[in-house]
Amino acid sequence: MSGFGALIGRDLKLAFRAGGEALTLVLFFVMVAVIVPFAIGPDRPQLSRLAPGIVWIAAFLSMLLGLDRLFRADDEDGSLTLLRHSSLPLEAVVAAKVIAHWLVTALPLLVATPVLALLLSMSWEQWGRTVLALVIGTPGLVSFGALGAAVTVGLRRGGLIAPVLILPLAIPVMIFGVGMLDPLAGSGATLFLIALSLVVTAFSPFAAALALRAAGE
Amino acid sequence: MIGEGAHFEFIAWAYAGVLVLTVGLIAYVAWDARRVKARLAALDKAGIRRRSAGARS
Amino acid sequence: MSVDTVKQPNWFSRLAHPGQFLAWSRYLIWPLGIATALSFAIGLYFAFFNSPEDYQMGDMVRVMYVHVPNAWLSQLVYGVMAVSALGTLVWRHPLADVANKAAAPLGAVFTALALYTGALWGRPTWGTFWEWDGRMTSTLVLLLIYLGIIALWRAFDDQLKAGRIIAIVTLVGALNLPVIKFSVDWWNTLHQPASVFTASGPHMPISILTPLLVMMLAFTLLFALLQVVRMRTEILRRRAETLSRQAALGATK
Repeated sequence: MSGFGALIGRDLKLAFRAGGEALTLVLFFVMVAVIVPFAIGPDRPQLSRLAPGIVWIAAFLSMLLGLDRLFRADDEDGSLTLLRHSSLPLEAVVAAKVIAHWLVTALPLLVATPVLALLLSMSWEQWGRTVLALVIGTPGLVSFGALGAAVTVGLRRGGLIAPVLILPLAIPVMIFGVGMLDPLAGSGATLFLIALSLVVTAFSPFAAALALRAAGE
Repeated sequence: MIGEGAHFEFIAWAYAGVLVLTVGLIAYVAWDARRVKARLAALDKAGIRRRSAGARS
Repeated sequence: MSVDTVKQPNWFSRLAHPGQFLAWSRYLIWPLGIATALSFAIGLYFAFFNSPEDYQMGDMVRVMYVHVPNAWLSQLVYGVMAVSALGTLVWRHPLADVANKAAAPLGAVFTALALYTGALWGRPTWGTFWEWDGRMTSTLVLLLIYLGIIALWRAFDDQLKAGRIIAIVTLVGALNLPVIKFSVDWWNTLHQPASVFTASGPHMPISILTPLLVMMLAFTLLFALLQVVRMRTEILRRRAETLSRQAALGATK
């Protein structure tokens, strides 16, 4: 367990020391929301109606953009090989890295959502539900992303393939995440999203570890 | 509900599309098979062949 | 020439060994080709000349004869790929990843055709080429998954490593497909309470069912034929690559 915690700490330290990777992602997240009014017009009621969907699209794209970092750097400098032969099982290594990745990429987005709520004229109630949906849904997104990152870790040109591969698989997260905002079906969607996120988070370390082992063979 | 022959063009387009894509797929598969066989034959001509096929010729 | 002291392989290793596969699958191609051509001939004859118009869909029922087989194949091919992924991961069957690689583009083409014919069917019946109907949407997602798998196959240089990794992706996709189907259906009912597309399945009269079943058989045979040919091509391609690599090694010596 101490190795698990140490690994999370190491990844967090690396992320903040490398300087602003997380900050850049937040910037991207906010920018997507900033350009939307230019595309669909500054009509406030319309913006507020579309706001949860826009926030979800922005979050979806930011998560997909960031996932390439998950294993690549460790693969390039050889620490992934060390981790594979450490006393910690590879599944636990992946789980630790997923948690660290969530803390580095998803948490800052959640912190940035009030800015988006303001820009897109969301009501506070709407904002609260969107944040709740993101809190439930992003672990699922990160876990799908971990699988995509593990599958493409050995590829030199893997940068674009992982998002393309993961996007269709992660569509249910998006559907239920936005569905949570629906006044009628919202509670059902909440339960589905919780179930989906839990199952994906529980299983993806095993699948990702399997892929990492196959890639390292 | 729908009159006779009212949708001929849709049917024609559907069958034409299916025809073009399936024939294209068959042609691609056949072309690919021929290309690989030609490559193996060229290798064979150059005297490069599998050990198990060494007894031949 | 086989050596007498070697034990005759049982049927499973005959199935597994690439060389054995090349030997016995050769005799499959012509019969499969003839059966495919015959069933297409019969199916198309029925579809065009010997089937009535549906009382509801009119002439458009003839589009169904190409739409339903492709929709069926889009699912079947993924099933074949999922089974071959299990073969790669569980039994390390040497032909399983060949089967997966061979099937992926075939599945993508059949899925694209299912969408294309579905759109043409939708125009007169729904008044639009594309409806975000549950079935069409999940077929579209299936097409995206096929394309992702093809892109992944193309990205790898080492095909053996690719086989194991793509097997994992294929299985995750297979587990995820019911979830996608369910979520898309759920989303669909959220936005559009009445279903436009009701399958009439077993209520179909025999005169419509006959051409449909024959066409489904024809397309399935076509898939089987193309799959066998593509698997043979893939085995030979790997053989050619190994040979030229060996030759290059020998040349440097």
